[in-house]
Amino acid sequence: MSQTSTMAGASRVAATNAVQEARGPRPKPFFTPRKIIIYSLLVVFSMYYLFPLYVMFTTSLKSMPEIRFGNIFALPVAPNFDAWVKAWTSACTGLNCQGLAPGFWNSVKITIPSTIISIFIAAVNGYALINWRFKGSEIFFAILIFGSFIPYQVFLYPMVIIARELGIFGTLQAVIIVHTIFGMPILTLLFRNYFASLPQELFKAARVDGAGFWRIFFEIMLPMSLPIFVVALILQVTGIWNDFLFGVVFAGTQNYPMTVQLNNIVNSAQGTPEYNVNMAATVLTGLVPLAVYFVSGKWFVRGVAAGAVKG
Amino acid sequence: MQNSVSIRDLSLNFGSVKVLEHLDLEIAQGEFIVLLGPSGCGKSTLLNCIAGLLDISDGQIFIGGRNVTWLEPKDRGIGMVFQSYALYPQMTVERNLSFGLRVAGMKKDEVEKRVARAAEILQIQPLLERKPANLSGGQRQRVAIGRALVRDVDVFLFDEPLSNLDAKLRSDLRVEIKRLHHRLKNTMIYVTHDQIEALTLADRIAVMKNGVIQQLADPHTIYNRPVNLYVAGFIGSPQMNMFTGTLSDSTFTTEDGIVIPVETYAFDTPATGSTAAVLGVRPEHIVLGDETAGMPFTIDVEIEIVEPMGSDTLAWTKIGGQAITFRCDSDVVIATGHKVRIGFDPARGSIFSAETTNRL
Repeated sequence: MSQTSTMAGASRVAATNAVQEARGPRPKPFFTPRKIIIYSLLVVFSMYYLFPLYVMFTTSLKSMPEIRFGNIFALPVAPNFDAWVKAWTSACTGLNCQGLAPGFWNSVKITIPSTIISIFIAAVNGYALINWRFKGSEIFFAILIFGSFIPYQVFLYPMVIIARELGIFGTLQAVIIVHTIFGMPILTLLFRNYFASLPQELFKAARVDGAGFWRIFFEIMLPMSLPIFVVALILQVTGIWNDFLFGVVFAGTQNYPMTVQLNNIVNSAQGTPEYNVNMAATVLTGLVPLAVYFVSGKWFVRGVAAGAVKG
Repeated sequence: MQNSVSIRDLSLNFGSVKVLEHLDLEIAQGEFIVLLGPSGCGKSTLLNCIAGLLDISDGQIFIGGRNVTWLEPKDRGIGMVFQSYALYPQMTVERNLSFGLRVAGMKKDEVEKRVARAAEILQIQPLLERKPANLSGGQRQRVAIGRALVRDVDVFLFDEPLSNLDAKLRSDLRVEIKRLHHRLKNTMIYVTHDQIEALTLADRIAVMKNGVIQQLADPHTIYNRPVNLYVAGFIGSPQMNMFTGTLSDSTFTTEDGIVIPVETYAFDTPATGSTAAVLGVRPEHIVLGDETAGMPFTIDVEIEIVEPMGSDTLAWTKIGGQAITFRCDSDVVIATGHKVRIGFDPARGSIFSAETTNRL
């Protein structure tokens, strides 16, 4: 007891001395309890996400006998890309044995038009909702947002009927239209909030200068909106690329996107499961969203923050 | 002579909120009008209505004798300058200036001629290739004015153009706007909450409150003969000294029983009997020491606080229970605790009815 109080006293004296001698930048010790806790938590959470990726990647480079050996965390003895080649060119998705390649191109054919059309319409929506308020624009917006709270599965059956009646069920157009519609609420919200954060006076100045709806949109608003377009692009590309439900329901067998074909490879009931091929196919399917994230992640954060300032 | 801008019975409602009510305003050709008032008084709203950026609920707007009530902003013959400059950030100064002309489909050589002329008037030729982000606040505001200038319009609208600038730049640009007005002789409508800007720039000031024009007159009249208590209190810094009391015949008795003779005051409406009233006297109309000789009202007071302002000195004291300020020459030696004699002539003051708050 007495010893601790002396120690406390001593440290207090030391502290006073330190304060009197204080000069220049404040010392920043690295090993403080706070930092140790923060970094351990970060490490634990990173492991949580990185370990499955590690297992997936190493397994895809192993041969089947090596996998059967059972050491899933071990590094591959003789790493090779045979499984990747097989997954891409000759793995069997149901009855077809052409690998993932056709699925990849189907996904591209679905993702690119869906992304462009949905982003364009949503940008015009958001711009009109903020700058060209019309009677009932608030109600229109409320209904649109309400749509984003209803689970997709609820819409599935009516959408199938509509697609059938339009004669487009089982085609690329059907998936593209469905993706465009379901991307609308969140994208419109995103663009609306971003345009709301731009100064209203710019819009007024352009109107005094005589510019109309499209001219202001293309010449004034769009050049200022790159960050939010990148956000929308990432959201749509990852969302549509990773979609399984709409692809399997609306696209038709010959247009199945990569995710559906991946499922068919991994869940095939015949023969022994080829884990290395399954893992390679999974990594291949995930590469596109991963690449998009790494290329534009910086913009993503910036755009989300910019849109969040005003609502 | 035909009026340049004429606003007739203008009303604007946002839902059930009445922002502007039955407002009339006639502005002569070449006149510099300032709309002055606190934030939320409807002055910027009125400007936006004139510009056509807001749809009005009732009434008519004429510009240059033309009914523009239903016209688009670009067809009204107006140019507008905004508080935040509102320059298009991705365009160079030159493209900013020419945007409106290009939208209108004007020929290239004519566009260049007009941009060159505006740049010359505002002395921004060296900045033409820069982007707005690389300009200072004052330069940006010049470009914003230039954008209105190139359109060769009859009426300029300014929406608090100097509010984002620091004090020094503000007074520089203020003089420049005045010079511009002398040179161009356009009609200008200028919105501000800064009374110095209003008093220095305006041919006439419209003092606004709650969407209603309280007084429309030249700066001298606004300052010296305010029509009601609101205008009297809003204009002038430090504020006009206000005594509440009773007016009967030719004497004003404050709440503390101090009697102030007001025979010299020129009444707009002659007072009858005894009424509750407010007597207002501007700080610079109160005199000190020997100058009080001959003043209808004098009194001995003790100085409470002295604020030297450089060019003159403000002193705080009390008449009865009423705290007052007065302005005196900066060379006069006074200090807290000094006992001095002060006086004023009510002829230079203003008397308002306490009931209606209007000038008597």
